[in-house]
Amino acid sequence: MAYDKFNILTTSGVPLPIENVDTDQIIPARFLKATERKGFGDNLFRDWRYNSDDSPKKDFVLNNPKYSGRILVGGKNFGSGSSREHAAWAIYDYGFRCVVSSFFADIFRNNCLNIGVLPVQVSPEFLEKIFLAIEADPTTQIEVNLPEQTITILESGEHESFDINVYKKANMLNGFDDIDYLLNIKEQIQEFAANRPL
Amino acid sequence: MSTKRTLFDKVWDSHVVQHIENGPDVLFIDRHMVHEVTSPVAFLGIKNRGIKVMHPEKTFATADHNTPTINQHLPVQDPLSANQLKALEENANAHGISYWGLGHEKNGIVHVVGPEYGITLPGATIVCGDSHTSTHGAFGAIAFGIGTSEVEMVLATQCIMQTKPKSMRINIEGTLSKAVTPKDVALYIISQLTTSGATGYFVEYAGEVFRNMSMEGRMTVCNLSIEMGARGGMIAPDEKTFDYVKGREFAPKGDDWDKAMAFWKTLPTEDGAEFDKEVTFDAANIEPMITYGTNPGMGIGISNGIPDAESVEGGVATYKKSLQYMDFSEGDSMMGKKIDYVFLGSCTNGRIEDFRAFASIIKGRKKADNVTAWLVPGSHKVETAIKEEGILDILNEAGFELREPGCSACLAMNEDKIPAGKYAVSTSNRNFEGRQGPGARTLLASPLVAAAAAVTGKVTDPRELMEEILAG
Ligand code: SF4
Repeated sequence: MAYDKFNILTTSGVPLPIENVDTDQIIPARFLKATERKGFGDNLFRDWRYNSDDSPKKDFVLNNPKYSGRILVGGKNFGSGSSREHAAWAIYDYGFRCVVSSFFADIFRNNCLNIGVLPVQVSPEFLEKIFLAIEADPTTQIEVNLPEQTITILESGEHESFDINVYKKANMLNGFDDIDYLLNIKEQIQEFAANRPL
Repeated sequence: MSTKRTLFDKVWDSHVVQHIENGPDVLFIDRHMVHEVTSPVAFLGIKNRGIKVMHPEKTFATADHNTPTINQHLPVQDPLSANQLKALEENANAHGISYWGLGHEKNGIVHVVGPEYGITLPGATIVCGDSHTSTHGAFGAIAFGIGTSEVEMVLATQCIMQTKPKSMRINIEGTLSKAVTPKDVALYIISQLTTSGATGYFVEYAGEVFRNMSMEGRMTVCNLSIEMGARGGMIAPDEKTFDYVKGREFAPKGDDWDKAMAFWKTLPTEDGAEFDKEVTFDAANIEPMITYGTNPGMGIGISNGIPDAESVEGGVATYKKSLQYMDFSEGDSMMGKKIDYVFLGSCTNGRIEDFRAFASIIKGRKKADNVTAWLVPGSHKVETAIKEEGILDILNEAGFELREPGCSACLAMNEDKIPAGKYAVSTSNRNFEGRQGPGARTLLASPLVAAAAAVTGKVTDPRELMEEILAG
């Protein structure tokens, strides 16, 4: 599914300074029953966000009107656990376009890149700086510049560069997905398949 | 750089359709397993693109994730689950994919039925929209979990785009002590490496311990590779592997078998091949394991106490939050903790070997009154074997019932949810907050430890009960 092109994103960030946030927290399994890809944002972090009677938990960051923005800033080893892409959808559907952490679980990172959420891995020190900047001022603006591969806390000018695979970067910039690419080389694939023994 | 190649290199390289400069490889997929939860959106995707599944004969569908484990002959109650099952059946029919739905004799958990019917083969690439696809690595296949966009990709093009991961070898030499099962080996490795210790790597398990392990045991170990962050794990195919595969329904036959064997025998890692990372453990250091926290890396030998926050790697606050969720304290002994539920099942420990192990402990004993036990075979084939081997009688005499196959309480998408605040000793693979139901508290362990808990109502060292058997 094609998604919006990603270029430069300037917005405030929502802090979630917890380590090992796993995909079961991002979207609990009981919400995976859909046969369409919509509405997942409502259940993002469901069990941290709502009590069992569906009333919002006051102390959870998504329920705190002080915090908003399109960047989710998470603790180390973000997205561990299940391969469910629904976790990335939920993040996208809620309105985030970028997740920042000092470490991402592999499958989650891939899933994000496939659906148009940019995972930005920064050093633990820089992550700490972002958390502190947001704590000091929840409206603090963060700029994620994909062409330049930099992330900047605008107020202080502190910045860091991040890695992204050249191929994935091109896809993100153009809003393409992998299937568009593969369908283009279909003949080559068919030839390869014809020579497979299994 | 050494020119010697690893098992992983050989399988990977033989599947590269195209290498994109500074980008991922286009990797050809031999076997694609599909289930009801992560596939509907993918099928919708290819429908919207106006295309068909490229290789339906390499695609296999089963229903497992949200199916009930009782009364499977009745209509599925939960309308959303019923909807997903219907969608899978329709999609499978529309594209000519074999579909093993509820009630079908071949139905079962995707990672249990794959090997049972010879879909899983050495040297193959296997994917599925479930992270524990790593299970199939036990056969010397490259097998890993994928997201739904990738499921769509494989349906549409039989390929996936992936950057070749780094390689790691985990060696364990020596002999395992009594009551130490493959599950304990895996939980031990994860406790040593942490849940992110192998992120970015594809693991090969090597050494005496894995050579001596049954195919079922190897599947358990490879299954849990993902819990240390690895892309997957694999074990070199050997005679045991070939014996297991031979004659199964979808395995190569006749000439094809001979050709396949000739290829499979070339697969093992060559002496002198280099890995990006290599770790070695001593089998003698492993005892029956149990987890006490909310990730699979939080495991200890069953006779040890819960470590202090200061002594573990990572954030103290996160660690304390985890213990708080479990309502445990630093320094607590796990032994003797009261438990409420026991779950034997899942693609980690839902095979016949696991039921044999469970039965060996409960034989001649009675289920503890305070325990609710869910014993869920991984497939109908396992269920049949349980009956034929007389294990069902042992279970029934001890006051246990057998349920019907499925993922069940492994991820609690169906009715099998552990209630909030209750403790479950579970042979599955994840003890995350709420994994087995909102508020559920999970202690991961082997079938032996689960059996010991089921008959005593508390965390018990299975070796104590085995001694009694010996003495008695
Ligand atoms: S048993 Fe659990 S881990 Fe295995 S396939 Fe089912 S849900 Fe996934």
